[in-house]
Amino acid sequence: MPKIVAVTGNEAVAEALRQVNPDVCAAYPITPQTDMMQRFASFANNGKVKTEMILVESEHSAMSACVGASAAGGRVITATSSQGLALMWEVLFIASGLRLPIVMPLVNRALSAPLNIHGDHSDGMGARDCGWIQLWSENGQEAYDNAIQAFRIAEHMDIRLPVMTCLDGFIISHSIERIEYLDDDAVKNFVGEYKQLNPLLNIDKPVSYGPLILPDYYMEYRRAQAEVMTKVNKVVRDVAKDFEKISGRKYGLFETYRLDDAEVGIVILNSAAGTTKDAIDALRDKGIKAGLLKPRLFRPFPYEEVGEALKHLKAICVLDRADAFGASYGPLFMEIATSLYSHKDKPILFNKIYGLGGRDYLPDHAELVLNELAEVAKTGKVKTFKEYIGVRE
Amino acid sequence: MSETLEIRWHGRGGQGTVTAAKVFADACLSGGRHVQAFPEYGPERSGAPLRAYNRVSSKELRMHCPVLKPNIVVVVDATLLDAIDVTEGSPDNAIFIVNSSKDPKEIREKLKAKPSQKVFTVDATKIAIENIGRPLPNSPMVGVLSKVSAIVSLDSILEDVKKSFGKKFSQKIIDGNIEAVKRGYEEVREG
Repeated sequence: MPKIVAVTGNEAVAEALRQVNPDVCAAYPITPQTDMMQRFASFANNGKVKTEMILVESEHSAMSACVGASAAGGRVITATSSQGLALMWEVLFIASGLRLPIVMPLVNRALSAPLNIHGDHSDGMGARDCGWIQLWSENGQEAYDNAIQAFRIAEHMDIRLPVMTCLDGFIISHSIERIEYLDDDAVKNFVGEYKQLNPLLNIDKPVSYGPLILPDYYMEYRRAQAEVMTKVNKVVRDVAKDFEKISGRKYGLFETYRLDDAEVGIVILNSAAGTTKDAIDALRDKGIKAGLLKPRLFRPFPYEEVGEALKHLKAICVLDRADAFGASYGPLFMEIATSLYSHKDKPILFNKIYGLGGRDYLPDHAELVLNELAEVAKTGKVKTFKEYIGVRE
Repeated sequence: MSETLEIRWHGRGGQGTVTAAKVFADACLSGGRHVQAFPEYGPERSGAPLRAYNRVSSKELRMHCPVLKPNIVVVVDATLLDAIDVTEGSPDNAIFIVNSSKDPKEIREKLKAKPSQKVFTVDATKIAIENIGRPLPNSPMVGVLSKVSAIVSLDSILEDVKKSFGKKFSQKIIDGNIEAVKRGYEEVREG
């Protein structure tokens, strides 16, 4: 029987990791990830999991230890936030390049400077092109569910790539919500036994990891890696179908809300999507036909499917909780623009930057954007293609 | 109860306000309700003003932002009444619960509460000192909230206090808190 609890996002993800019971966890504490790993370390210390905890002196070492343990043949996890992910950066590429299915919850937090510990997507966006799969989560339930599904996706024989599962720092990681936990056995059976294809510790079949590859073969290796990425989309959908059987909860590449008959739409990631849904309901009552698309699989980005889901709209506002300095638009905006590029009749697109460093995203912000969308749809004119909202100018 | 009950807590760091919001959320889970409990994270210092929030609803709670129009405002430390406007955003039918030894009528005047708004007081600090031996007013305040909100029974609150405190504290502390919750429930005054 599923168990209903009131817990924080961090607590829920730690519970998912306990239920999966991985072989190795190498982690270093950083706010707001700290209490997730602290809880998991307690599980390890109290014999609730068989996991070997490797307490390291930095995130660079945490990811390096994960790479070693994963190549050796273990099912391996870590978790981090912000500066921690930034410090891992070099090793993130090694994990994906070596095709190591490490699972890492990322509790999204702003990057320094100025120092800020709050929710923001700059960390995850900075790591979007490092060859990891990224799943994003609106609330504690999705963070829990994504953490479990991540193992099946990462370890799938067609994939064997690391996965990071993103949840908003503080807004989700430290907020208590109602969450349904699956049975330990259900999770155990769902993720199954992990078998590393080429374990470094199999002395009967010696293998090399990370050798030098010169111009004669490097490009073929990268081409093969790009090919693997094309298979992720199907695996994510298949795993979601299996997950629905044990949980009753539906997942896809993205979620749509009242989008089919909508004329205007908002595209937004993570916790702010929930607040936006409530605002959409309020404005639908006032006659604005609005809908929402919330990406779940951000890497690899499902361009084709997203484009198909959005192409019928008159106007779209993409809200980014991160800016891409010097790139004119926020990172999510650029993906949505790319998704629609090949379509002949495109919706009008504009971009808002919101919620940096944990700045509140309120229903009023969503309503302002929705009203502006309705106006743009009517007149066909956009005042500003990109601007910050909820900010003192 | 309207569809979603929204509560804003005002306390000072170290008074157990965040714990109180958590205990209340947990107790409201029964009956298939959706709950949220979350503090406003600022610089965390003992004695500094802080806010915490609850939402309770029969529907899925999707909103992830602070409570701006609280149905109930709980003031765990009455000295905050001189420091901040605890009535901010409160609708005409809002309920205020203030930890104070003063008469609820006096507090009503201080809050400049509208006639349609309800004001309750309880001397939670005194109850806490008598039952727990320390000025931690959160348990009596949870008791008051259970009575005033009328969405969760005293028994389920007591169960939850046992569960939440049971892991960390001695039986003496748990019993003291249970008694404090009960007394808050019983001794609240309306004015």
